Amino acid sequence: MAMAQAGILLLIAVIAVLASAKAHDAQFAIHMGLIAAIAMGAAIWRLRTMNVSAKAAAAAPTGYMDGVVRYGTVATMFWGIAGFLVGVLIALQLAFPDLNVEPYFNFNRLRPLHTSAVIFAFGGNALLCTSFYVVQRTCGARLFGGGLAWFVFWGYQLFIVLAATGYLLGVTQSKEYAEPEWYIDLWLTIVWVAYLIVFLGTLVKRKEPHIYVANWFFLSFIVTVAMLHVVNNLAVPVSFLGAKSYPIFAGVQDALTQWWYGHNAVGFFLTAGFLGMMYYFVPKQVERPVYSYRLSVVHFWSLIFLYIWAGPHHLHYTALPDWAQTLGMVFSIMLWMPSWGGMINGLMTLSGAWDKLRTDPVIRMMVLAIAFYGMSTFEGPMMSIKAVNSLSHYTDWTIGHVHSGALGWVGMISFGAIYYLVPKLWERQRLYSLRLVNWHFWLATIGIVLYAASMWVSGIMQGLMWREYNAEGFLVYSFAESVAAMFPYYIIRALGGVLYLAGALIMAFNLYRTIRGDLRKEVPMGGVVQPAE
Amino acid sequence: MSTYDTLRHFADSWGLLFLMAVFIGVIIWVLRPGSGRIYRQQSEIPFKHEDKPAAGPGRDNAGGD
Repeated sequence: MAMAQAGILLLIAVIAVLASAKAHDAQFAIHMGLIAAIAMGAAIWRLRTMNVSAKAAAAAPTGYMDGVVRYGTVATMFWGIAGFLVGVLIALQLAFPDLNVEPYFNFNRLRPLHTSAVIFAFGGNALLCTSFYVVQRTCGARLFGGGLAWFVFWGYQLFIVLAATGYLLGVTQSKEYAEPEWYIDLWLTIVWVAYLIVFLGTLVKRKEPHIYVANWFFLSFIVTVAMLHVVNNLAVPVSFLGAKSYPIFAGVQDALTQWWYGHNAVGFFLTAGFLGMMYYFVPKQVERPVYSYRLSVVHFWSLIFLYIWAGPHHLHYTALPDWAQTLGMVFSIMLWMPSWGGMINGLMTLSGAWDKLRTDPVIRMMVLAIAFYGMSTFEGPMMSIKAVNSLSHYTDWTIGHVHSGALGWVGMISFGAIYYLVPKLWERQRLYSLRLVNWHFWLATIGIVLYAASMWVSGIMQGLMWREYNAEGFLVYSFAESVAAMFPYYIIRALGGVLYLAGALIMAFNLYRTIRGDLRKEVPMGGVVQPAE
Repeated sequence: MSTYDTLRHFADSWGLLFLMAVFIGVIIWVLRPGSGRIYRQQSEIPFKHEDKPAAGPGRDNAGGD
């Protein structure tokens, strides 16, 4: 088995070397060289660890498969810090254009690096490891497929490395959140199908008769992302030995496909998947079942039925037919109901246990995440209304909205889940320090507030400056004047990002000490309980 | 009629009706009599198999489904 795997890896390495030698452009040559080096390294590692794996295979493993989850939590933390760091850098580049270093570290190459690093590397790894953890615990069954889960993990990291290095080298198909070129997309498709097989296989062999609602959210995320990814990335490569490809759609069809993809990436990657996290980790951390299981079922189905139609609101006042724009707007507004239903369900899970907010900063983090889920899913539908959108679109308000969702909801619920997971996975008594979690909580919260508030002001100012006419019907401000006026808000935004990054660094330190097995001697959170008078 | 018109009219008539019917069906289904007890049991699933997989072959029937 190990010999065969090493042989396949060596074959891949040889093919990649040939592809690199015959490549039509430097970027493709570099990527194929990278694949050859990684495949070679993996083959050597496989041969060197052969005896060990032969021994391990003799005794069939029985417990839960947590090794891949452990790797996933570490990868989440690593990519999170990388993504936040690049975010701070590009925020500063907008304020101080001299920080653009041509050509590899320009804003236009670092920006997709930031978005992909935080969404797909940080968020994606968080989803991978939590879904593997949750599906095992709620099915009462070990992960299906043996080593396939490891293939999913390492294959996904390879996808991230290829995408990230590609952006810096200028490999992009210029579709927002789907920038990687055709060969990277094909690789992700293979990895994703393997992910689906592992997840579905575990559900099939479950011991628990009912499939817990968190798994529905995870499954909908996996299936929908597969569909979105394949359709939006349909493209014809110029050459099989070159990086460049052209999408098969053109014009407004391409735009609609892109935003059908883009908005459902938000809906199913950044919402449904993380709701799966919420429905498992909030009850576990609070030690109470979810407030209403019935509501969670309604939440799931209404989200699934509505989200997929909301994409056209990204194309208001464009060449897209008017009815399609209105459809997108109406479905976005209807999304208020499931979103708030889900928020209420998450928050009310704490009913009867609100006192834990005083003593457990991890719960505080989860509650803040759910609150931001509610706030950003209120703001989003509001911004999808055409009249509001005419002011908000193309301004920094949109950026602020995305970040209140991403930093507030996605970031905080992932941090909460990982704080829960690490002591369990490494069998530690508790986290190294709850006080440090509290520091992380406040740094991140203040960071988000600075970010969102500055972008509201700057975005609305931008929108108002662009539409300001004088009595003769001329525009009052030039575009450059609106850019100059945004400078102070860019500084505040960068400061918010620095605080958020600082919180994540504290988290990394806290987790490192937890994994080492250290316990910090500290006064418990909430202080000493006073006896009643 | 063009393919576009055919599909569009199908989508905003029978397609819409079908999706609405399924959705309303889901709502009625979750409110069916006696479901409260079942949902309470199912909401306890995260607390059942914390440390190791469930023992024995096949599914136990403790979930009340």
